[in-house]
Amino acid sequence: MLQIKNLRVSIEGKEILKGIDLAVKAGEVHAIMGPNGSGKSTLTRVLAGHPSCEVTEGSVTYEGRNLLELPVEERARAGVFLAFQYPIDIPGVNNSYFLRSALNEVRKARGLEELDAMDFLTILKSGMKIVEMNESFLTRSVNEGFSGGEKKRNEILQMAVLEPKLALLDETDSGLDIDALRVVSNGVNLMRSPDRAMILVTHYQRLLNYITPDHVHVLMGGKIVLSGDKDLALHLEEKGYEWVNPDRAQ
Amino acid sequence: MTDPGSFLDKEYRYGFVTPVDSETAPRGLNEDIIRFISKKKNEPKFMLRWRLKAYAEWKKMKEPSWASVQYPAIDYQDIIYYSAPKSQKDGPKTMDEVDKEILKTYEKLGIPLEEQKRLAGVAVDAVFDSVSVATTFRGKLKESGVIFCPFSEAVRTHPELVEKYLGSVVPVTDNFFAALNSAVFSDGSFCYVPKGIRCPMELSTYFRINSADIGQFERTLIIADDDAFVSYLEGCTAPIRDKNQLHAAVVELVAHDRASIKYSTVQNWYAGDRDGKGGIYNFVTKRGLCKGVRSKISWTQVETGSAITWKYPSCILAGDDSVGEFYSVATVNNHQQADTGTKMIHLGKNTKSTVISKGISARFGKATYRGLVKIVPRAENARNYTQCDSLLIGDRCGANTFPYIEVENHSSRAEHEATTSRIDEDQLFYCRQRGMTAENAVSMIVNGFCKEVFRNLPMEFAVEATRLLGVTLEGSVG
Repeated sequence: MLQIKNLRVSIEGKEILKGIDLAVKAGEVHAIMGPNGSGKSTLTRVLAGHPSCEVTEGSVTYEGRNLLELPVEERARAGVFLAFQYPIDIPGVNNSYFLRSALNEVRKARGLEELDAMDFLTILKSGMKIVEMNESFLTRSVNEGFSGGEKKRNEILQMAVLEPKLALLDETDSGLDIDALRVVSNGVNLMRSPDRAMILVTHYQRLLNYITPDHVHVLMGGKIVLSGDKDLALHLEEKGYEWVNPDRAQ
Repeated sequence: MTDPGSFLDKEYRYGFVTPVDSETAPRGLNEDIIRFISKKKNEPKFMLRWRLKAYAEWKKMKEPSWASVQYPAIDYQDIIYYSAPKSQKDGPKTMDEVDKEILKTYEKLGIPLEEQKRLAGVAVDAVFDSVSVATTFRGKLKESGVIFCPFSEAVRTHPELVEKYLGSVVPVTDNFFAALNSAVFSDGSFCYVPKGIRCPMELSTYFRINSADIGQFERTLIIADDDAFVSYLEGCTAPIRDKNQLHAAVVELVAHDRASIKYSTVQNWYAGDRDGKGGIYNFVTKRGLCKGVRSKISWTQVETGSAITWKYPSCILAGDDSVGEFYSVATVNNHQQADTGTKMIHLGKNTKSTVISKGISARFGKATYRGLVKIVPRAENARNYTQCDSLLIGDRCGANTFPYIEVENHSSRAEHEATTSRIDEDQLFYCRQRGMTAENAVSMIVNGFCKEVFRNLPMEFAVEATRLLGVTLEGSVG
């Protein structure tokens, strides 16, 4: 589904990703771990097409297409979804209206009919049940006045409604208490399917107690220095990132 | 990155010129011109005296310079103060007498004047350059006792009402532009709703500037007698010209005991081109007097056009328990400038006012909110709530807020809240990551920003306003 080859990315002239290679198949869940500042978030942002990310070298192929050539919204419509580390407030814009607009854009791109408010509400309510969101959510503005946990749950709700093919979750566990973590993880697990790939970016192993990845990669200094299965995460938890010698990958 | 200001770009659909043969006064302003206008209108003596007095006052006054707007000096001797289609003569009696070209013009503007084509429920007075060319549904209004007619006609047919109320809210000496208007105003709308009558339909005036180099100086006077209610709409457009044109109107509202006036404006004068060339200078004085107890005046304005807007629709809350409201959306794009706001003058006890102002600036646009809340010592238990929000699109535009608050007793309270936000790259990225185009994202955000104001517009106008702003109404509900 996703092929990243020798990807180099700079932000404001500073090289952050220094040659990433990664292959993700449909149905797989990959965890990207690493210390702060290693480039984990940049990886998700460049895949989503954030304008601050400048690709200097390498390629990204998504379902046979050159992902890097597509505008942000085209990527989203093609099924790439980024759950933001810091979801953005949009004051004045009603949450459910926002999400319905997004869903209808995605549906249009997939050749499906647009949904009216009633049909959409059915979908929305089943999604809200998954992330244990209460009704007041429907009338509030997008992320405005949301707690950290509510914002993250809102991201998962959006994911559940938009049904992406490739979900990128950027530090979805950060700032969550244990209950919120359980809710969010449960939502992610319910979304696992043979047609869908996920890339989880996380600093801590904690999230992986709830979501079992198929592959774990360690990102340090802009490179993937180590890859393994779920046990790798446990090793990291025990020994810390110092245990990984960046030279090992070379 | 896409230019987020581009969402406000729309082709100005009203920029055409109607080929009519006009009778036009020579350029410039002097007593003869004023006499000429007064004579054209067949006015009673008191009107001419009033005009000449205003002119004498105006000559002593200086153009105000305190607004946050910049424009080259206006040469008042280079303006044409009167221009009317020749076919109009004394004003048409029936729709059949109205010049076909003019009827076509209004049709093109989306305001058909033939009653059968009109949406039922809205009566229109159409003002073309310096004269009113048609007023619809007059018969129907007359049945309920409502007088709705061109101002110049009211001067002749209801001189006692005009003499009593004209200048009673905006005196001739009020300000430079009001004095100028008082001297040279040529037409406008007049409305009187008698005691206890709820006006059976929405009233509206559609102002159209057609001729080059004319200034449009219209006068609107609306009186709601005890327990009366009226909702009035105002729309405006002008042809695309690369020279600025002056529009200096005066609107006066009077609400007697328990009467209520709702006044809505969608202002879409030509705004000039992308480089700031041309456009209308919209220097307008609008004021309502809540004269009676428990009276109410509500202003709602959507200001999208004009090169420069200078206007402060205000309420004088004289009657005890009277209520004033001001809801405003002002958008400035390209090189437009708007200095707009309101004055809420609390004179009576338990008076209440609400001010909701939304300014949107894009590209090089400059939007200023300027508002006065004054509560005098005897206005016990007065309340004001003011909220001024500014939305910036791009990083070269600007927004200012100048609140003036004077509370002169201890039982009253004025609250002021202000926010400034910017549609930033992160918001756009977030929306685009969910599949929306940047353009749709901006219009969704703008719509969300304006919805408190749009909610107060009558339906027909809400549709117009949202179309002007390139936003959909749907998202503003709920």
